[in-house]
Amino acid sequence: MNPETSKLRLDIDSNRDHIQGSDTAVVTLLEYGDYECPYCGQAYPIIKQIQNSFGEDLRFAFRNFPITQSHPHAQNAAEAAESAGSQNKFWEMHDYLYEHQQALDDIHLEKYARELRLDLNKFNQDMSEHIYLPRVKEDFLSGVRSGVNGTPCFYIDGIRYDDSWDIETFTERLRNIVNSKRSDTIG
Amino acid sequence: MESRIPPLTTSQSSIQQPGTSAPDFTLNATPDQLLSLKDYLGKPFILAFYPADFSPVCGDEMTLYNEILPEFRRYKAEILGISVDGPWCHLAFSKDRNLHFPLLSDFEPKGEVARKYGAYDAKKGICERALFVIDENGIIRWSYLSPIGVNPGAEGVLDALETMNSSFLKQEQELESRQRVAEEKNGSSNR
Repeated sequence: MNPETSKLRLDIDSNRDHIQGSDTAVVTLLEYGDYECPYCGQAYPIIKQIQNSFGEDLRFAFRNFPITQSHPHAQNAAEAAESAGSQNKFWEMHDYLYEHQQALDDIHLEKYARELRLDLNKFNQDMSEHIYLPRVKEDFLSGVRSGVNGTPCFYIDGIRYDDSWDIETFTERLRNIVNSKRSDTIG
Repeated sequence: MESRIPPLTTSQSSIQQPGTSAPDFTLNATPDQLLSLKDYLGKPFILAFYPADFSPVCGDEMTLYNEILPEFRRYKAEILGISVDGPWCHLAFSKDRNLHFPLLSDFEPKGEVARKYGAYDAKKGICERALFVIDENGIIRWSYLSPIGVNPGAEGVLDALETMNSSFLKQEQELESRQRVAEEKNGSSNR
């Protein structure tokens, strides 16, 4: 009930979620993001840096939170990433979309699918029939009920992170958590 | 209660608490349209006080509520944003963010309604970030004061709407199911 301690209400599940890193990682970072949101675009290289510096200590998951009323291409971009996911290329498309945020219209989405060598027939069918709309909606609603309050919105081990996600602040927080969990296991 | 002079500073306990009648208001929603509390009686609604239009993040509170509107409407609830910005500013903000719900101007006398709800920061001259869920009879059922820099999101509001189990929603559902039964009967007798 208290948004200051917002907790994730849909646990990360390797059967449904897109995850990088191991189940045995010390800390789990989840992002609710929108492919057309410029702030998510700014966070994208920061997450990459964090993943690099934490290595196997960090597990990273991504869920969709398209703000469709402000970002007209965000919904279809999210569906495109999910469709790529069905061809085992979720992260390739996820990265490609954030690296090409300025062009996310349907023509470009198809172009990216081609460049990633997806089965284009399947991709186009997924897109025209909005096969992954329910999945994107499920992500969105899980975020709403978990207290997502804008994009990007991060959860560290299931607790909403309200601090700045600049590289220094974010790294320091994660480092502290990793260290304290490590000393707990040792102690 | 409404005649009590509201305090100048706010804390979690200074905002209007659940169980009290929502203070009345009549404010401009557009330069030539006024909205009052009484316009919203008969259905649950959300009052969202916020500091200012055009806050510099794309996931700002009003933009988020705009996106979540279908979820609020599942509970038959309407939402109103309130800040001290003037109606022309609201109009520009609303257009910019493509908002589909009204923004009220607590503009003159400045912050009067926010004061009544205990949601006015008199030092800064802006509304606090405060949420009120009000039932169909005008009774506050949930309220929350957020730190001014933290967008509270919608989970508390949705939890409140869910647990309210409002008689309005029940009545609506009963009416709908009765209509369905009647339609089915008509349909079968016409066959």
